[in-house]
Amino acid sequence: MAITSEMERHQPKLVPWGEKLSQVPWWALIILLMGVLIVYSVFTSATYQDAFLFLIAGVRVTITVSLISFGLALILGLIAGLGRVSKNVIYYTLASLYVEIVRGIPLLVLIIYFAFVVTPLAIQTLNSLGTVLLQDPAFGFLRGLARSLTDLNIQDVDMTIRAIAGLAFGYGAFEAEVFRAGIESIERGQMEAARSLGMSYFQAMRYIILPQAIRRVLPPLGNDFIAMLKDSSLISVLAVRELTHLGKLNRARTFRTFETWNTVAFLYLSMTLLLSLGVKMLERRMAVEE
Amino acid sequence: MRNDVIIEIEHVYKSFGRVRALVDVSLNVYRGEVLFIFGPSGGGKSTLLRCINRLEKVDRGRIVVDGVCVTEHPKKVDIDKVRMEVGMVFQLFNLFPHLTALQNITLAQEKVRKRSKEEAEEIAYRLLERVGLPEKADVYPDQLSGGQKQRVAIARALAMNPKIMLFDEPTSALDPEMIREVLDVMLDLAKEGMTMVVVSHEMGFAKAAADRMVFLEGGRVVEVATPEELFTNPKEERTKRFLSQILH
Repeated sequence: MAITSEMERHQPKLVPWGEKLSQVPWWALIILLMGVLIVYSVFTSATYQDAFLFLIAGVRVTITVSLISFGLALILGLIAGLGRVSKNVIYYTLASLYVEIVRGIPLLVLIIYFAFVVTPLAIQTLNSLGTVLLQDPAFGFLRGLARSLTDLNIQDVDMTIRAIAGLAFGYGAFEAEVFRAGIESIERGQMEAARSLGMSYFQAMRYIILPQAIRRVLPPLGNDFIAMLKDSSLISVLAVRELTHLGKLNRARTFRTFETWNTVAFLYLSMTLLLSLGVKMLERRMAVEE
Repeated sequence: MRNDVIIEIEHVYKSFGRVRALVDVSLNVYRGEVLFIFGPSGGGKSTLLRCINRLEKVDRGRIVVDGVCVTEHPKKVDIDKVRMEVGMVFQLFNLFPHLTALQNITLAQEKVRKRSKEEAEEIAYRLLERVGLPEKADVYPDQLSGGQKQRVAIARALAMNPKIMLFDEPTSALDPEMIREVLDVMLDLAKEGMTMVVVSHEMGFAKAAADRMVFLEGGRVVEVATPEELFTNPKEERTKRFLSQILH
């Protein structure tokens, strides 16, 4: 009795101000405020406006490169992910080798490696293949193809393509693990039921396991896309004209370090915040459906 | 009819690590027969059933299903062909949650039996009618009760026109009031002459429908007899003890 009255005495009638204030999402408001400030600057300050107009082309490249790389990473990831759950020793070993090696190498190193080691090697291989084809009369009907193979030049491979290859190869390993986790999260009974109806392993995967697994991993895939969008800034080392590289160029052009990188950061932030909002909505929808 | 063996199980052994699940099990299942397998849990009933369509691989021994030896090397037998002819019903239903009841029943028909969509759907509707769920065609599994799920699962297996149906404790995960509806469907099936191997604790079903009963304990076949013999005069002491425990 004494305790209740004690508590009642300390219990104010209204929710205290401190508590109300602590529930406001201050971080979102602060970001919004910074955004408003930058947008305001773009409209009023010539320097910001100049930076913005120069950088906006980079946003397009960043988005395009991210989309293509992520699409390729998904395909690679699915193939490797299926390997990671496969009972076929060779398939499993190859997939694991890929995942373990790639995850242990920094993405920046991987991108440089693809651009300056893998691409030249691939070109050389294709060149010598063309030469072999040209020399062997048995492949006379492939003469046109052989000639274009020998004529292939390292300069023909655009840096953007090399960058996309590096990003996709690097992220493919992460997506492989996402897919593996998704597949392994589906109850064993699903595979058994499908197989007991006479479906092959492949059919069971295609019609029963993957549709469920992919739905389950959509949020983590979305988060990985956001991460890739940010990591695409790394390909600025290949002088691909994406957002970060244009930032460097703009700084060199105008010597306006502060304004340039403010705008660059703001543009990245707008893209990632928008995307994570999308992922949050996706997660909420799936939580309702579960 | 007695001579027409459809499943031959010969000296089958199976262990999981140190646990011996099946020890020298030999059994025949005859065409059109309802074989009822019972016994204490951990006795190897489910394992035996799962060996028949090779969801588990035997360690030793031979199982021949409708003329095909399923225990041969995997590369030598097309197990998918055998499984087409052997329907299976699981304790936890294992319906496909991303497909409607109708799609659950039509998918394998289309992809495995290569039936047209129309034909598959016609068969599916007919089977849903038969298990008493014609209005549930477009409903997803999570909106069905346990008993309804199990009836859809039976319809899904039947849609493949199997020669044999395996039931792995089909009513063990059901609330008591739903057991009846599933058993009724199984009784109908038995009356129509389907070959059925049923692992269950439902002694009422055994009395009503089983041709022979198998008591499995510790991975061994203890006794095989007709329900009349078994309920009135079991030969083995262990069978007697087990039956008195569950029948009170």
